[in-house]
Amino acid sequence: MRFTKDHEWVLVDGDIATVGITAYAAEQLGDVVFVETPEVGKSVAKGDNMAVVESVKAASDVYAPVSGEVIESNAELSSAPETVNAVPEAGGWFAKIKLSDPSEVDELMDKTAYDAFLEGL
Amino acid sequence: MTLNTVGRPTRMEEGVSAASEYLHPTLTGARGLLQDEPLIFELGGWEKTGVDLPDCDASQSDDLGDLVRTARIGLPGLSEPETLRHYVRLSQKNHAIDLALYPLGSCTMKHNPRLNEKMARLPGFADIHPLQPESTVQGALSLMDRLAHWLKTLTGMPAVALSPKAGAHGELCGLLAIRAAHEAKGDARKTVLVPMSAHGTNPATAAFVGYQVVEIAQTDDGRVDLADLEAKLHDDVAAVMVTNPNTCGLFERDIIEIARLTHAVGAYFYCDGANFNAIVGRVRPGDLGVDAMHINLHKTFSTPHGGGGPGAGPVVLSAALAPFAPTPWIVSTGEGGFDLIEEAKADAAQTFGRMCAFHGQMGMFVRAYAYMRSHGADGLRQVAHDAVLNANYIKASLKDLMTQPFPDGPCMHEALFDDAWLDGTGVTTLDFAKAMIDEGFHPMTMYFPLVVHGAMLIEPTETESRAELDRFITAVRALATAAKAGDAERFKAAPFHAPLRRLDETQAARKPRLRWTPQAA
Repeated sequence: MRFTKDHEWVLVDGDIATVGITAYAAEQLGDVVFVETPEVGKSVAKGDNMAVVESVKAASDVYAPVSGEVIESNAELSSAPETVNAVPEAGGWFAKIKLSDPSEVDELMDKTAYDAFLEGL
Repeated sequence: MTLNTVGRPTRMEEGVSAASEYLHPTLTGARGLLQDEPLIFELGGWEKTGVDLPDCDASQSDDLGDLVRTARIGLPGLSEPETLRHYVRLSQKNHAIDLALYPLGSCTMKHNPRLNEKMARLPGFADIHPLQPESTVQGALSLMDRLAHWLKTLTGMPAVALSPKAGAHGELCGLLAIRAAHEAKGDARKTVLVPMSAHGTNPATAAFVGYQVVEIAQTDDGRVDLADLEAKLHDDVAAVMVTNPNTCGLFERDIIEIARLTHAVGAYFYCDGANFNAIVGRVRPGDLGVDAMHINLHKTFSTPHGGGGPGAGPVVLSAALAPFAPTPWIVSTGEGGFDLIEEAKADAAQTFGRMCAFHGQMGMFVRAYAYMRSHGADGLRQVAHDAVLNANYIKASLKDLMTQPFPDGPCMHEALFDDAWLDGTGVTTLDFAKAMIDEGFHPMTMYFPLVVHGAMLIEPTETESRAELDRFITAVRALATAAKAGDAERFKAAPFHAPLRRLDETQAARKPRLRWTPQAA
């Protein structure tokens, strides 16, 4: 699993990247009450607004950590947004993206680097 | 026992203890004047009516055919005292500016002067209808013209649209004028730049008007990052939206440069005037290069936040945007009278249309104008002065106990604290806010602006006296001391003394119950 400074995670399987927000992000947001996941078929570039997550405290944009085409979004989140708090780095995934440039993944932080990044916050 | 002349005891018998088991619950569940109040539908009274209507002519109902109602429509039938008591009881469950200081940052909860109310009830303002002939409402039009004059003078801007009915509605008006101005040049642009600390309505408005929103980074001292702004400005940017003073309570010192950079790429500069109360009479936004700014009459000019009717968010416009202003607007006939320009022709040919059916919120216009005239130009300068002074008094009085994200230098009209000082106490910003309810104050704005962790934004406004500020500071200092002393229990379950205790905000957001349905008999 790879991570961004904006607290998104990416898990790559072949050329498909599953994307979500990290446990740290979910905890900082507090109870999530609404998630707007991207439409299937949408092309996203790295850094684009990809989704919106709204908690009792705040509404935040979720940025695409990698570029590509959205091939699946997590329909469960519309009826059960609390999944993001319960299992942020597993069942609380937001979207699956077919990578257009797999080398982008290498630029992201690994677990050790992300943990060190969190320490510094 | 002490008795008065008719033999009635005049004080508590000696030896009687004020035993706590009788404090709560009482036999009825009420706590003195604090009574449980059902919804008006739960009060029922389906079988009766509070008004005396003549009997209905049954033959008329033939005309309705099968549309005739056969069942009750289910409206509660309450008498006047029952209705009045219902609403008075409900009003007692809420905090109000008439009860105590209401330090909700960014909202400017100032006193609503009673003189405003008296003026708003004058029949010439209160008992008129928007469809009346203009010749019969010349006094009302004159007041609107004078209000427009004051708003234009105070902001140094040549035009004003009075009709928008709230701050966000004003933002929409400003951005629609900006879009119309670009389109008139055949230059449809796609992007609006908004700083990270903006009110949520700014990006929402830009998105509503069809623009892509791009965020501008913030400097370490809480202001717009000029380098980032410059990097993101290009010829597809339609507007830059900046709040000044911003939501961190700080004056954007580079505002003139922001305006210059914005204009250099052909974009317009929208200023969110939500915090105009901090600079009214001292800074004219028109001098800073602003093209459009809404003014929340319920903030800067003391009209009620709700309760007295809807709000008003007039928008002042620069010469570049003025031709696109929404109709209607008022012009002088040159003979002491006034006309409403309603149609898109002649001088109004380029108007983008209307913001609402009529001319705006008359009751708010009267209140705002009454506030302006009772203060005068010098008084309005002092409004800004006192608002800033009061906020800095709070900032200085709490800084030894609470941490601030931007401690250096004075703030403007509101003082911003973060939650670093609560680290390790087990108390969160939310808990602290709830405990303030127990102490008789409305909580400050919390978790906003989003750029500050666990933000607590305190805006006292200019209408609080030194004594009331001290009362507030004493309460906050006592709570902060308790939190640091490890008294987390006081906070985790607070409020203890509110009509309802800690609410489940998550469930309220996820599964709101917005509709009452009758219980099956």
